[in-house]
Amino acid sequence: MSGIRVESVTKKFGDFVAVDDVSFAVEEGELVALLGPSGSGKSTILRIVAGLETQDHGHVYLTGEDVTSLSPQKRKIGFVFQHYALFKHMTVEKNIAFGLEIRKKNKTQIKKKIAELIDLVKLNGYEKHYPSQLSGGQRQRVALARALAPEPKVLLLDEPFGSLDAKVRKNLAKWIRQLHDRIRVTSIFVTHDQSEAMEIADKIIVVNRGRVEQIGNASEVYEHPKSKFVASFVGNVNVINGRTYVSHIAIEGTEGRISQKTEDVPEDQDIVLLVRPEEVVIEETASKDSSIPAVIEEIHYRGSFYEVDLRIGANDIKSFVQKERYKSNPWTVGEHVFVLFTQFKVFEASEGHQAIHRMLKQLGYIE
Amino acid sequence: MKNNRATALAPSEMIPRSLSLFYIGFLIVLPIVAITAEAFKGGLQNLFHQIALPEGLYALKLTFFLALFLALINIVTGTATAWVLVRYSFPLKTFMNALIDIPFAIPTVVTGIMLVVLYGPNSPIGSFFEKQGIEIIFNKPGIILALLFVTFPFAVRSVQPVLMEMEKDMEEAAQTLGASRATIFFRVILPTLLPSILTGAALSFSRALGEFGSIVIVAGNIPFKTQVASVYIYGEIESANIQSALGTAVVLLFSSFIVLFFLNILQKWSHKHER
Amino acid sequence: MSDEHRCVELTRSRHRIGQWLLLSFVLIWFFILILTPLIGIIKETFSQGIEAVKNSLTTPASMHAFWLTLVITASAVVLNTLFGTILAVVLARQNFKGKLFLESLLDLPFAVSPIVAGFMFILLFGPRGWIGNWFSSLNIKIIYAFPGMLIATLFVTLPFVAREVLPVLREFGPEQEETASTLGASQWQTFWRVTLPSIKWGMAYGVTLTIARSIGEFGAVLVVSGSIINKTQTATLRIHDQFTDFNYAGAFSAALLLAAFSFFLLNIIQCIYKKKGSAST
Repeated sequence: MSGIRVESVTKKFGDFVAVDDVSFAVEEGELVALLGPSGSGKSTILRIVAGLETQDHGHVYLTGEDVTSLSPQKRKIGFVFQHYALFKHMTVEKNIAFGLEIRKKNKTQIKKKIAELIDLVKLNGYEKHYPSQLSGGQRQRVALARALAPEPKVLLLDEPFGSLDAKVRKNLAKWIRQLHDRIRVTSIFVTHDQSEAMEIADKIIVVNRGRVEQIGNASEVYEHPKSKFVASFVGNVNVINGRTYVSHIAIEGTEGRISQKTEDVPEDQDIVLLVRPEEVVIEETASKDSSIPAVIEEIHYRGSFYEVDLRIGANDIKSFVQKERYKSNPWTVGEHVFVLFTQFKVFEASEGHQAIHRMLKQLGYIE
Repeated sequence: MKNNRATALAPSEMIPRSLSLFYIGFLIVLPIVAITAEAFKGGLQNLFHQIALPEGLYALKLTFFLALFLALINIVTGTATAWVLVRYSFPLKTFMNALIDIPFAIPTVVTGIMLVVLYGPNSPIGSFFEKQGIEIIFNKPGIILALLFVTFPFAVRSVQPVLMEMEKDMEEAAQTLGASRATIFFRVILPTLLPSILTGAALSFSRALGEFGSIVIVAGNIPFKTQVASVYIYGEIESANIQSALGTAVVLLFSSFIVLFFLNILQKWSHKHER
Repeated sequence: MSDEHRCVELTRSRHRIGQWLLLSFVLIWFFILILTPLIGIIKETFSQGIEAVKNSLTTPASMHAFWLTLVITASAVVLNTLFGTILAVVLARQNFKGKLFLESLLDLPFAVSPIVAGFMFILLFGPRGWIGNWFSSLNIKIIYAFPGMLIATLFVTLPFVAREVLPVLREFGPEQEETASTLGASQWQTFWRVTLPSIKWGMAYGVTLTIARSIGEFGAVLVVSGSIINKTQTATLRIHDQFTDFNYAGAFSAALLLAAFSFFLLNIIQCIYKKKGSAST
């Protein structure tokens, strides 16, 4: 089987379990994201695939070959580091040529390859420049060209956009996708930015605390999260406390209720309700049985939409409202309204939901 | 620029500046001007004649040769020691790291005495070597030992911080590109370290050129055998042969300038690729 | 342990031999070069017995020598800290023509041989020297007397404080001082309450280096002082004198005393160096 296969890999640093029995497969030619918060073990997993770290248990297969005991030198991989790791004392050309010189290619071959890659990464004219003379985005492109020069079977990128500013990141991310479509190298990139992962990856592997939480494409992971963690990490989400009853779900602190049965969780349970802000609809009057009374707390203009903070019962939630909708009937702070959820997911509340709250706070999604 | 004040100089700026200029002028510039002027007073011909006097010329040659030899040894030992201190862990490492600076703290005469005690003709080691026909103290090996001791910290401390700051990911990148450990050392690590290694060598060289206290004790100061330039100059001053002392002193002085200049260039070079 | 792990261990152990060789080489070098001389001198000194050591250390000549070293060192520290700090402030905060040249001059004392240094001052301050001429007409002795020795010591220790304070000042930038002045502080207040605290560790490090160098200074002071017993002999000059007189007990004990003090000083230097490092982060 070609591509990348990771089987039951575990890695401990002392007592700390960084990678806990992780298994996944990447098809040949796929571009896959390893997505997770900092400390989730995603970089460690990538480095184990590269051979820069040694796992305690498990195997790694690259294009069908068991590389578990091979050093990084022998694995024929390309690796792009977060801070580029360019050879500061070498020109752009020499950096790119490095891997080829190691493999003892002759001069004409090397020259040809360099020219190809310079063209590919659009750095024509910069061949004789030194890394210190380049911008962050340019350095990253050199790092990419250097990694691709020896024609590796597998390309690994460790937070490649981590040290760049937002605009450059977006452009570079899109550009990596286009590049990948052209050269079709099996690739894994590590990121903590879920919008980036969703934008360019064929498949997303969501990682938390050393474990794989879910594997799927962007819409699978976003629309059908398999756990609280995935639901709240991928995309924005509101977390609401409630309880299931026989024929409805009650929201904590309010009489509002959702007249629906849910199959996900048995009745008579404390639950958390996860709703995306774009799935929260605000209405002036209660239209259905599932309308919940709410109070408008704050309204923020975000350029292409409005972000409205509301309070339902003991919960604070956010709603994203389209500009036209808002303009047609602007609300005021303190106004009493109703909200309706077009979609939501229900999970059992356990100590877990406190953890989600903490994490969301950390990520800045909630105050 | 940060100093965008009015061009009129406030006394609060003028006073410190004048004090600084005066201090440096009086303590550094004036003495150098004085010795240079005195040396050239008798004319260029005379100066060369004084420098070329057989005893002094031999002393100069010996000094330069020993300093160069020493700098080369230090390049290897200094880099190796810095490497071990940064990359390995072993018992008593902190102890050893602290002791590297001892030559900076110990008076040079004390160094000389320690070496005589340890390697002199009456010591176990010294007498052993004497039987083999190798004189350590009162001969060239003793001088080299003294110089190695006093210059060791330069060689290590120039390289050590640069090695510590080196980002590991450059080496890891080279690994992923297929480079063996030796290749990584010679093509990635060494080029990065080169300016600091050369700085250590230049500092060692400069210090060795001028070293006096330890050598005067250890070397026996025999003309045409173990008399280095600094000892020769001292002898000439004591014998009131100012002219010959001036000649050799000026050579040493200008060598120092050249080394300083070289060190400056090295500094600029090492920062060329930083950002 | 599974097969793969044994493999990984083996490839690593191939490098282990090389590592062990390098480590042994460095340790042996260090042992021969640095450790054994230290051990040797301790042994030799006490081979004559503690009484001999005490006696030679307390002769009037020796006591005077230690005293002289102390006075010169203290004076050098005070003067060079004062001027060195002023210099550093001028170089870090002011802009004028020739500033770079001035800064490069700072390194000169390091590069010049101590004998040449002493020689320069004889030429300047000797009885028929450029400046000495004037002083001798006033009957003030500079060479072969305390002033000359102090000047020579000032020369060799000049750069230490300045070079340690300068980068600290540069790293901190003038913003803090500018803030202080916007808050109403006078120049002096700003210096005392903002600048000085920020450079204190750099300064302390420079001071300890100055002390170490000043105590150890030999060549320049030898030339300039004439090494007259009980008058112009510092501790290092005394050691040299005793050694050439074959008074080994005296030479060794004084040497050991200075060496012990150097150790002590070295420790302080290291501590301050660490403090200096963490203060700038």
